[in-house]
Amino acid sequence: MSFVTFVQHCLTGVSLGGAYALIAIGYSMVYGILLLINFAHADIFMMAGYFMIFSISSFPWQISIPIVILGTVLLGVLIEKMAYMPLRSAPRMSIMISAIGVSYLLQNLATYLFSALPQAYPTIPPLKQQIRIGGVSASLVTFLTPVLTVILVFLLIFLLRKTKIGMAMRAVSKDYDTSKLMGIKINNIISLTFVIGSTLAAIGSILYFTDRMSVTPFSGVLPGLKCFVAAVLGGIGSVPGAVIGGFLIGLSETFLVALGYSTYSDAFTFLLLILILLFRPTGLMGENLQDKV
Amino acid sequence: MKKLSILLVVFTLIIALVAGCAQAPSKPAETPADGDKVIRIGIFEPVTGENGGGGFQEVLGIRYGHEKFPTIDINGETYTIELVEVDNKSDKTEAVTVAANLVSRQVSVVIGSYGSGVSIAAGPTFEEAQIPAIAPSATNPQVTEGNEFYFRVCFLDPFQGKVMATYAIENGAKKAAVITQLGDDYSSGLGNFFLQAFVDLGGEIVSEQQFQTNQTDFKAILTNIKAEEPDVIFAPSSIATAPLLIKQARELGITAQIMAGDTWENQAIIENAGEDAEGVALSTFFDENDTSTPLAGEFVTGFKEFIKGNSEYLNKNGGEGVAAVSALGYDAYITAYEAIKAAQSVDSVAIRDALKTLEVEGVTGAISFDENGDAKKNMAYIKVIEGGQFKFDKTVITE
Repeated sequence: MSFVTFVQHCLTGVSLGGAYALIAIGYSMVYGILLLINFAHADIFMMAGYFMIFSISSFPWQISIPIVILGTVLLGVLIEKMAYMPLRSAPRMSIMISAIGVSYLLQNLATYLFSALPQAYPTIPPLKQQIRIGGVSASLVTFLTPVLTVILVFLLIFLLRKTKIGMAMRAVSKDYDTSKLMGIKINNIISLTFVIGSTLAAIGSILYFTDRMSVTPFSGVLPGLKCFVAAVLGGIGSVPGAVIGGFLIGLSETFLVALGYSTYSDAFTFLLLILILLFRPTGLMGENLQDKV
Repeated sequence: MKKLSILLVVFTLIIALVAGCAQAPSKPAETPADGDKVIRIGIFEPVTGENGGGGFQEVLGIRYGHEKFPTIDINGETYTIELVEVDNKSDKTEAVTVAANLVSRQVSVVIGSYGSGVSIAAGPTFEEAQIPAIAPSATNPQVTEGNEFYFRVCFLDPFQGKVMATYAIENGAKKAAVITQLGDDYSSGLGNFFLQAFVDLGGEIVSEQQFQTNQTDFKAILTNIKAEEPDVIFAPSSIATAPLLIKQARELGITAQIMAGDTWENQAIIENAGEDAEGVALSTFFDENDTSTPLAGEFVTGFKEFIKGNSEYLNKNGGEGVAAVSALGYDAYITAYEAIKAAQSVDSVAIRDALKTLEVEGVTGAISFDENGDAKKNMAYIKVIEGGQFKFDKTVITE
């Protein structure tokens, strides 16, 4: 493998990893607060793809991007209010099953409304600009994804560690009942978690689909599962862990294909999940409780 | 009060359920209300899933045929032809289920499917039920091989692979890369036949890559290909995959000509890939501008009228163009029609026997079957995408 090819693979892997990381944070944060694996998260990501297709048909892209983020946030919070909030005191399994139900509901709703045929994802001109550095060539979005991911993660960590709201979120994730007694409005904090998760999913979806150019009702399923693995790999509940997990999975997947093992690239991700659960169930960053959100 | 309303809801639901069931049972065979006799033709095609777009174009050809020939005379009695359409969802498991559904609905003959994989999967079901099936555009040899009841009206992949390899060599290509889809019989089959033919003709295969169904990111495999600097890339795959592959290849700065098989002749590819699609070459079964036979010209005009009359058809067809698979769908329908006429029977085995010796003049050329049930065809059309359209380049005839 020549150097140029290697760099090109790295770029592809890091870019894919960045998109995975943004989605993985959503899984991780919700788990941190509600101890719920939000299976609907992958489908929120998919719906964000459809929101873009529809908003771009009537607005320019500069307006479409905020619309997509807003729509996705609304959807995320709506799901929380309708499917998870009524089950706050129910056993954990019930709320998990509710999440699976919402996931199937969104998939089938999308199939019903938009048909199962793949829809072309709109081109956002500045993101699609061709950039060539030496023999390496890619569109701007490929370069932008990892950079944007890192910036967003730093903003998020700042929010969690240095602001009052962040402190409240960390408190809720540590001890639900005590923080309630301390006067923290639990429902607001939970809603905020979903707002952040959905925003990142919307941004992730714009970056992911701009690079891949088509959306189907099931295009959230596989990335969703992989991001869940990324969150577990990094230590579910930990934001930096989710990011590291995302990048690791994106890179390993790309290099497996690069080395000619495309047959096993998906299998490897799930093998990784089994291995991490067997040997280090708390994940790579899991023990560092201070980062738990 | 609350109890009463719940009762009411339950009651309504039960009524709805009963009403739904009452409508559900299918009509008893061959005696509908108006007294006409009915013969059923099963349409086994994907209208959703990865091949949904192309499958629907094929269905359009069949529906047009049905509109032209809605009845048939058997032993002096007029039978109404009823199309029983099922959707195999481009999925091999689903294919077997809906094939069994067609069998249970007592169809006399089946037309389908777009996509070789689903046809191969459903083949044994039709054979066991002794119902003949006619594939309009499934090109993999295994579709008809060893199956006494499967026929097809198009050419085969070994032929198509050879045609594209010949075309590549004629255009001065020396190094080729092949991309195929894992577990897809059409893609891996055609890819292999191209590979063999290209090597036989003195070319060199520099890279063989595979991807998985529903994969949308081809950058890693394309980067590998780019490093080998091939002259052409042969990438037989589905319509959903094509634009992604083309665009990502150009994004990575690959300038090699991209070629594929018959599936790529679909307007959606040009729409989605835009300027990047320019120069893409493919082989196909039919060219709407080739009016060497009056039958083809007649079909093109009639078919255009047909789709213009329905906005849904027009929309899903991606404009007024006549896809080769629509022509083949029509040919498959008239082949079935002529076979029923020749057999003078609604019995599926009799129709199968009639198919074996049948000779039909189709819009894609004369159709007669060899001992495998394959149409004897030896000509393919090569088209190149130019200025946002499929431009006819040349015909290739091989033995």
